[in-house]
Amino acid sequence: MTNHSGHPHQIDSETGKMGMWLFLFTELFLFGGLFLAYAVLRIQHAEGFHRAAQELDIFIGTLNTVVLLVSSMTVAMSITALQKGNKNLSIGLILITVLLAGVFMVNKYFEWSHKFEHHLWPGSEVYLNLDRTEITFYGLYYMMTGLHALHVFIGAILLIVTVFRIKAGVQHAGHYVLLENSALYWHLVDLIWIFLFPLLYLIT
Amino acid sequence: MGNENKYTHVSYLEHQGRFKGIMSWLTSTDHKKIGLMYLYAIVVFFLAAAVLGLLMRIEKMNPGADIMDAQTYNGIFTLHGVIMIFIVVIPGIAAVFGNFFLPIMIGAKDVAFPKLNLFSWYVYITGAILGVLSQFAGDGPPDTGWTFYVPYSADSNTNVIFALTAAFVLGFSSILTGLNFIVTIHRLRAPGMSWFKMPLFPWSLYATAWIQLLATPIVGITLLMVIAERVLHIGFFDPALGGDPLLFQHLFWIYSHPAVYVMILPAMGVVTEIFPTFSQKPVFGYGAIAISSLAIAFVGYFVWGHHMFTTGISYWSRWFFSFLTFIVAVPSAIKVFNWISTMYGGSIDLKPPLLYAISFIFLFLIGGFTGLTLGALATNVHLHDTDFVVAHFHYIIFGGMGFAFFAAMHYWYPKIYGRMYSDKLAYIAWGILFVGFNLLYFPLFIIGIQGMPRRYFDYLPEFHTGQMISSIGAYILFTGLILMIGNLIYHRRRGAVAPSNPWNGVTLEWQIESPPTHENFDEIPVIKHPPYLFKKNDTN
Ligand code: HEM
Ligand SMILES: [Cu+2]
Repeated sequence: MTNHSGHPHQIDSETGKMGMWLFLFTELFLFGGLFLAYAVLRIQHAEGFHRAAQELDIFIGTLNTVVLLVSSMTVAMSITALQKGNKNLSIGLILITVLLAGVFMVNKYFEWSHKFEHHLWPGSEVYLNLDRTEITFYGLYYMMTGLHALHVFIGAILLIVTVFRIKAGVQHAGHYVLLENSALYWHLVDLIWIFLFPLLYLIT
Repeated sequence: MGNENKYTHVSYLEHQGRFKGIMSWLTSTDHKKIGLMYLYAIVVFFLAAAVLGLLMRIEKMNPGADIMDAQTYNGIFTLHGVIMIFIVVIPGIAAVFGNFFLPIMIGAKDVAFPKLNLFSWYVYITGAILGVLSQFAGDGPPDTGWTFYVPYSADSNTNVIFALTAAFVLGFSSILTGLNFIVTIHRLRAPGMSWFKMPLFPWSLYATAWIQLLATPIVGITLLMVIAERVLHIGFFDPALGGDPLLFQHLFWIYSHPAVYVMILPAMGVVTEIFPTFSQKPVFGYGAIAISSLAIAFVGYFVWGHHMFTTGISYWSRWFFSFLTFIVAVPSAIKVFNWISTMYGGSIDLKPPLLYAISFIFLFLIGGFTGLTLGALATNVHLHDTDFVVAHFHYIIFGGMGFAFFAAMHYWYPKIYGRMYSDKLAYIAWGILFVGFNLLYFPLFIIGIQGMPRRYFDYLPEFHTGQMISSIGAYILFTGLILMIGNLIYHRRRGAVAPSNPWNGVTLEWQIESPPTHENFDEIPVIKHPPYLFKKNDTN
């Protein structure tokens, strides 16, 4: 990073990475609040959660899990590629990751619009006439997957910015904090999904 | 004194970046300029919220509706609380004096992420503006109080979403500042400055930053959940939709109790710098003060339930939270003993900063002891949601954090601006402030015990005397504030030129020029000694 205020001080990669790790902690705590709410509400409404969870599409959920796992792998490989000085391969692998993010979002879109076809959007008449405990489940479902999708989106943007930085030669074999940090962020997005998937789709 | 430059060096105030004038501030990544940008914003918001407080006091001077109706009163105490808590005291000392002095005191040229630092300021301002907009845009000022308790906050058809979003955005800024400070302290200490050679103000900022980092996301998600509940009728908290209102209170206080330590720890850090300097003695119990900051930060996570004694949580959890609340008092008491021992036998110079620091201890003690009354189960049930609570937290927040802020302002003023304020005016302003403060808040303890509920705009005739005295106190306090701020603003350009070390301080910020140069240090210092070595009697 350059610094136009003119301080001759550079962030070395250790410093940059430490900042990212701390930020990821806060992200974990952000979702942690939702997990806590999930735990409390599940204990209170086990029945309704059970019924509502059965309505979710396990196939799409599983598919998306695989998609994210693969994307985590490709982004990790892109770091190795850049370390070895193979700029093009690195960029290619990042672009595959972004593509997979797109696939994830498209699946999500189908999943949600399928729900909407059944008039199951929050606040709709059908929704508000559900059993109360099911409303709570869907509330958590929309909030958690929605917030996660937002993170997928942000992660993808971060990766695209990284591609441009590599092209510009700012990120290279000797200095690749930004790539490492975007990859870390992407792993977090993946990790959170790994928790969401069983909690929402599998436990019925 | 004239306006012309009296210094032999180019200070950060004159340093020209890419832009000139106001843009040179708004685009600056210099931690000192960013600190001052926080300062000016915070002072403006503080005065605005203080005016709201004064309005409430005027309303309560006499029973019955005088200058506003009940709904307006609800809006005013909500905005007063939101501004004071989220915009003024939570960022407060850390964002202003932490930004300005943390890098200097650890011998660095800037924070670890200067651009992120500037970004945090913009996020802060965005949140602050949103908070104020909540008063004017949409369906009328929010009336939930700063705690946003559900189900009311999910139902109230006032502008609650604005206020919630504002608090969320401000929290984000707080997280980023905390993150920046932690990395700065880990990576940028000057060569030779081991952890236990670091001055104590940075130590307090370090403990604070961890709370900001670990607690703020929880309230962030909680606020988002209330927003989702309002917009999408998702049932997290509203029992009518299957939610659990107590869940909200737990999540809210898991952040908001630690948040009171975000307010008070940096304040303790400030007075810990002031006592050694004006006693010309090393601080007593350096290790105990450093460690007790971390201890307060840690235990502070486990006491949130003392805000919920009357909500019907179980007997054992009440017992437990009450017990832990008393435990927090221990590290705080250790600090008080250390400050007093630092002064003991020193050559005390009762300059305005020290006077403010001593009043900090006095007011903080009153606030702390009454806090124990609230922390004990039996008395809490009687005092809950009365004016006693209001008096308690004003003694802690305003008497503690507020007076420490004033102390910091008077202590570092010569370093920041390179000028001196008038000591005489500072003494007079302090006297008026101190008298006004106690007149304003002390009667609230008494009428609180007698049963005056908080957040009411009207009251029974038997509370009249207490309310009247309190309102008179508010006027006096206000006069003191204006005088104090006036003194500081007036002498910013016209005061006598300050030497680089007017108080004979020993920490690094006093070893460089006043005002500092853009880069703080021409050469990064190498640290060989512990931080508080005074020449005259450095025997202990
Ligand atoms: C360190 C700075 C402190 C600050 C800024 C602070 C602030 C506050 C605030 C704002 C409230 C009002 C909550 C509401 O609106 O319901 C409150 C209540 C309370 N405080 Fe403090 N406090 C501090 C320290 C303490 C200490 C040291 C104790 C105990 C040892 C304590 C015990 C309590 C209790 C038990 C309540 C609940 C009162 C009730 O709702 O019945 N506080 N405090
Ligand atoms: Cu508390």
